[in-house]
Amino acid sequence: MKILVGYKRVVDYNVRIQVKPDGTGVVTDGVKLSANPFDDIALEEALRLREKGVAEEVVLVGIGPADLTAHLRNGLAMGANRAIHVVTTDAVQPLTAARVFQKLIDKEQPGLVILGKQAIDDDANQTGQMLAALWDRPQATFASKVEIADGKATVTREVDAGLEVIDAELPAVITTDLRLNEPRFIKLPDIMKAKSKPIDTIELGSLGVEANDHLKTTHYAAPAKRSKGVMVKDAAELVAALKQKGLL
Amino acid sequence: MSKILVIAEHLGGKLNPSTARAVSAAAAVKPEAIDVLVLADSVDAIAADAAKIEGVSRVLTVARAENAHPLAAVLAPQIAKAAAGYSHVLAPSTTFGKDVLPRVAALLGVAQVSDVMSVEGAHTFKRPIYAGNAIITVEADPTATLVATIRTASWPAATTSANSAPIEALTLDVALPSHTRFVELQSGKSDRPDLQSASKVVSGGRGVGSKENFDIIYKFADKIGAAVGASRAAVDAGYVPSDLQVGQTGKIIAPELYMAIGISGAIQHLTGIKDAGTIVAINKDGEAPIFEIADIGLVGDLFKLIPELEQAIS
Ligand SMILES: Cc1cc2nc3c(=O)[nH]c(=O)nc-3n(C[C@H](O)[C@H](O)[C@H](O)COP(=O)(O)OP(=O)(O)OC[C@H]3O[C@@H](n4cnc5c(N)ncnc54)[C@H](O)[C@@H]3O)c2cc1C
Ligand SMILES: Nc1ncnc2c1ncn2[C@@H]1O[C@H](COP(=O)(O)O)[C@@H](O)[C@H]1O
Repeated sequence: MKILVGYKRVVDYNVRIQVKPDGTGVVTDGVKLSANPFDDIALEEALRLREKGVAEEVVLVGIGPADLTAHLRNGLAMGANRAIHVVTTDAVQPLTAARVFQKLIDKEQPGLVILGKQAIDDDANQTGQMLAALWDRPQATFASKVEIADGKATVTREVDAGLEVIDAELPAVITTDLRLNEPRFIKLPDIMKAKSKPIDTIELGSLGVEANDHLKTTHYAAPAKRSKGVMVKDAAELVAALKQKGLL
Repeated sequence: MSKILVIAEHLGGKLNPSTARAVSAAAAVKPEAIDVLVLADSVDAIAADAAKIEGVSRVLTVARAENAHPLAAVLAPQIAKAAAGYSHVLAPSTTFGKDVLPRVAALLGVAQVSDVMSVEGAHTFKRPIYAGNAIITVEADPTATLVATIRTASWPAATTSANSAPIEALTLDVALPSHTRFVELQSGKSDRPDLQSASKVVSGGRGVGSKENFDIIYKFADKIGAAVGASRAAVDAGYVPSDLQVGQTGKIIAPELYMAIGISGAIQHLTGIKDAGTIVAINKDGEAPIFEIADIGLVGDLFKLIPELEQAIS
C-alpha cells in the first residue's frame, strides 16, 4: 500500500504572531517556518505503518511556492520515500488543496491519505473532510489511534464526548490529532540520504485545478486584549474577590 | 433574503446546547427563516427540543437507522441534499460540526468559513486564525451557498422557552455509503457540569503532578459546582481523559469563571479561554505567562492553596 501525507509549511508554533499595523496581513518576513505540527504527526504515523509492513511507500505532498523544497527535504530526512511538490505562488485554500490531493490520488492510487486535522496558520480544519467527499471515501478525523487490518482502518477519534471508534474501509482519509504519536527527530546521516530522494515538481495549473480565492480576506486585526488584572495575597482574599463578583 | 439551515447536534437523544448557539449566529444574519435539521434514528425528543429555540421557523427531521451515530460520510450527502433552496448552512464548531460540515461544503462545491465569531453581513464574517492571535474579516461569494461553522464560545445560546416551531418530516432520496461504520463511543460520563456549557470551570495542568493528585481538582470543582478542564500537558501525561482538554486543539469555552491551576498559560491554552468572564490563575511561579491575562492571580503552591480556598469558602 502507498500512503500520501500532507506536509504543509507554516509559521512555527512558537512564534508570537504580529498583525501588521495596516491590517493587510500578519508579519511573516524573517519569521521561522516549520512543518505544520499535525503533519509531522501524519508523517510519523505513515512511517510507522511502513515499518510494520502495512505500507510500502510514503509519499509527501506539499503545495506551495518554489522554496518549499527545503521543507520537503526535512520530511524526506524523517523517512518519506519521495515527495510531490505542487508549485503555486498563490495562497491555497482548503477546497483548492483538497482538489489538488484528489488529482494526485487519481495518479498515485494510494490506499491511505493522512493529513493533519488542521493547519495552525489558517486553523481551517477542512481539507481532509473535503478530500474524502470529493473522493467519495471514508474519513476518520481527529485520530488518536489507528489500526489497519483486513482492508480497513479502525480509528479512535478524539471527539467532544470522549473517544469514538469507527471502522473505515480503505482507501480512506485520516486526519491526525496531537496524541496519535510523537514524531521522531531527524538524524544527521538521514539529512544526507534525503538529498538523493526524488521530489516531483508539478505546476498547480497543469493539474487542471485553479487556485481560487473562494474566501477573500479583507482585513486582519489583533485580537481584543484582556487587561492585566490584580494579584491577591492569599486564599481568603481570592474568595472575597470572587464573592464580591458574585462568582461564588 | 437569506434562508438558513442549521444542523442540529445531539447525543443520546438530547439536543446539544451548541445548536442554540448556532441559531443565535443565524439570527445575526437577519434571515427570512431559520430551519433546524435533525438527522437521527429517533428524532422526536430532539426535534421537540429544537422547536423551542427562539427564532427557529421550522424543524425538519430525517429519521433513518443509518443516522444513529454521527458519521460524516453518512450525514453529509443528506445535508447537501436538504440544503437546496437555502442561502446558508450552519453548524456549531464542535467536533461534530468540524467533522461533517466541510464534507457538505465539498459536496456543494463551495468553501467553508470556519469558526465564525461575528456576522458583519450576510456573506461577511470575522474568524480567528493563528490560534486566535489574529482575527480576519472574510467575504464569501454571495452567489454561492454559504457554509460555515459557528465558534460557540462567541455566541450566547438562543433562549428555549417561548417558541414552538412546527416539526416536519423530510424524505431525502439519497443513497448512503456503508464504507464507514460506528464501533463505539468511550465517554467518561460524569455527573459534573458539562465543560462546554458550564458557567464555572476549574482546570488543572501539569503542575497537578499525577492522576491521583487530580482528585484535588475534582473535589474543589464539585465544591463550587464547576466543570473540570485541563491543559494539554495534563491530558498527555494521562492525568485526565482527552475530552477535558481546553485550548486551540481542545475545547474553546466561555464560562463566567475560569480557574487555571498549575497551568503556565501557553498561547495554545489561552486560545481556549479568551472569552471567559473572569480568569483566576493559581501558580507557584509568579512569572508564569498566565498572570499576564488573569483577572485575579494568586502565587503559591496549589496543594496548600486549594485546601485553604475550600476552608475560606465554607
Ligand atoms: C499545535 C499545538 C496545539 C496545542 N494545543 C493545546 C491545547 O489545545 N491546549 C493546551 O492546554 N495546550 C496545547 N498545546 C500545548 C501548549 O503549548 C503547552 O505545552 C501546554 O498548554 C502546557 O500545559 P501546562 O501549562 O499544564 O504545563 P506547563 O507549561 O509545564 O506548566 C505547568 C505549570 O504548573 C506550575 N506548577 C507546578 N507545580 C505547581 C504547584 N505545586 N502549585 C502551583 N503551580 C505549580 C508551574 O509553575 C507551571 O507554570 C498545544 C501545542 C501545540 C504545538
Ligand atoms: N498547502 C498545503 N500543502 C500540503 N498539505 C496541505 C496544504 N493545505 C492543507 N494541507 C493538509 O490539510 C491539512 C488541514 O489543513 P486545513 O484544512 O487548512 O486546516 C493540513 O494539516 C495538511 O495535511
